[in-house]
Amino acid sequence: MSQITSVFKPGYKVLIAYITVGYPDIKATLSIAAALAESGCDIIELGIPFSDPLADGVTIQKSSYQALQQGTTPQACLDTAAEISKKVSVPLVFMTYYNPVLNFGLELFCQSCITAGINGLIVPDLTPEEGAELEAITRKHDLDLVYFLAPTSTEERIAAVAERSRGFIYLVSLTGVTGTRDTLPLELEGFVKRVRQKSKQPLCVGFGVSTPEHAKRVAAIADGVIVGSRLIQLIEEDATLASLKSFVASMREALN
Amino acid sequence: MLPDKRGYFGEYGGKFVPETLMSALSELETAYAEAMADDDFQKEFNHLCRDYIGRPTPLYCAQQLSDKIGGATILLKREDLAHTGAHKINNALGQGLLAKRMGKTRIIAETGAGQHGVAAATICAMLGLECIVYMGSEDMRRQSPNVNRIKLTGAEVRPVTSGSCTLKDAINEAIRDWVSNVQNTHYLLGSVVGPHPYPMIVRNFQAIIGQEAREQVLADYGRLPDYLVACVGGGSNSIGLFHPFYNDKNVKFIGVEAGGLGLETNKHSAALLTGKTGVLHGTKSYLMENEHGQIRETHSIAPGLDYPGVGPEHSYYKDSGRATYIAVTDVQALEGFKLLCDTEGIIPALEPAHAIYHVAKLAAGLPQEQLIIVNLSGRGDKDLEIVTRALGMEL
Repeated sequence: MSQITSVFKPGYKVLIAYITVGYPDIKATLSIAAALAESGCDIIELGIPFSDPLADGVTIQKSSYQALQQGTTPQACLDTAAEISKKVSVPLVFMTYYNPVLNFGLELFCQSCITAGINGLIVPDLTPEEGAELEAITRKHDLDLVYFLAPTSTEERIAAVAERSRGFIYLVSLTGVTGTRDTLPLELEGFVKRVRQKSKQPLCVGFGVSTPEHAKRVAAIADGVIVGSRLIQLIEEDATLASLKSFVASMREALN
Repeated sequence: MLPDKRGYFGEYGGKFVPETLMSALSELETAYAEAMADDDFQKEFNHLCRDYIGRPTPLYCAQQLSDKIGGATILLKREDLAHTGAHKINNALGQGLLAKRMGKTRIIAETGAGQHGVAAATICAMLGLECIVYMGSEDMRRQSPNVNRIKLTGAEVRPVTSGSCTLKDAINEAIRDWVSNVQNTHYLLGSVVGPHPYPMIVRNFQAIIGQEAREQVLADYGRLPDYLVACVGGGSNSIGLFHPFYNDKNVKFIGVEAGGLGLETNKHSAALLTGKTGVLHGTKSYLMENEHGQIRETHSIAPGLDYPGVGPEHSYYKDSGRATYIAVTDVQALEGFKLLCDTEGIIPALEPAHAIYHVAKLAAGLPQEQLIIVNLSGRGDKDLEIVTRALGMEL
């Protein structure tokens, strides 16, 4: 059982928090990660910024752009992860696009992840069709490689991802990019049910999850929720992180 | 015949996209295969190629240009005479018919120089489809005549203000739209880039350029040409010309990339000459990136070449040696532009002006009986402002 899967326990709903490394700067990332763990997050998803984040909405596009302006490189993200993993005990995963990983070198990147205390990878532009090489290398290094499913995924694709995703399966709540939404789609329950029938893995729902009410609705059907853009907004609005902490605590409470 | 089943040309190509789009790509691949096997579809495509686009476009012997240079004989494939003024209409027509067949009611497209945007908007007007064109705000400024043409044919232009505000950013935004509206929307991608099956579909619709040129040169000269030359941004006009000659091993292919302010300056768009293998916009290909895997900003005087990536089939042609790639700078492209205006009374777009410049150099060192076909991929009306300013002319 991996570090990530061991977080999922019967009856317990997992809270996963996404932040962009280097937003607003590297030093802040260290305190943000600590605040997230303290306030009840079970897994922290650290985003390595990419110049062309095509699965992301405006909030994460902006945070990625600013982080890059600050000079946040993949190596800087690895160094930051190493610092964080010394201070917090929750599992850490990297979220990034395929090109920075490919450029770093798949083998070297995975090795460096393990050294930095990273437990898994989420790569939104990598599907099982193209993932075989990274899958083999992550397996060797005991890193989980998390694949996505979307409302548009066919039964055949659901079966393939259920077999090959490791750690959990990332369910995209809606057909769209990341970003806060007022409501989650009506079809969400049906979609999660469809995946559940084919998979024994933990199912976590992300994209658009922005309020404790959303979290409650997701918790009724899935094993975890992933929140990102809303956190970035709160970090921007309140640099003391007080708003971030109280929001995360309210999300945690909604899941309990 | 490449690509293989997974959409690869050797090690290049593939489908690196969010999960949400994977079933749409399969649906497109199936619909395309069915359309290709359907005589009625082919008949309609061929009919509209002739009566709407005005095909076949001429293969014109540029005698004055050839005489002036005093070397090989230069033939122009006149895609500038196609309806809307560039080769982009061939693919827009093919994909527009395909989208209609798939029951999609909404079309999105990206555009750099505006020629693909115009072509997409035009075809959508004719087929009665809703059309939205994403265009970098910088490109909207420098290609404003095309912005107006897109609007006049009833499409909406959405300015893109992220990144370098050019073609790369317009594609990002188009993909984000597609992810959000995939059920009713077809993404009418304009070049041989993007995830499989796009590089294959766009190539096959553009291959009509090379098919015609091959027949025309055989009819007029009784033999195949010695060289084919075309500019390469994403690479659709060049692949369209090259591909039907792929097995004619004595026909040499030369692709001309945008050298911008010079390859030594970093301000250029020569992905094949200076890039390395990477993944952008769903495909693995040569790519201009920095040492951290971030996509670099590019530059070219020709907005249609101002792109950090290139079609995967070109990367394959480069590695296998089937094609040679060279770069022509902004200043040289302007020289090519003037040369064609002066000698032939033809105003080329700035993109093929890159190819014209190289052809003039190449032809000078060859005997008269050698034949060079250059793809004159578009006309230059859209570029008058850029060119008159660059040349310090008053209009």
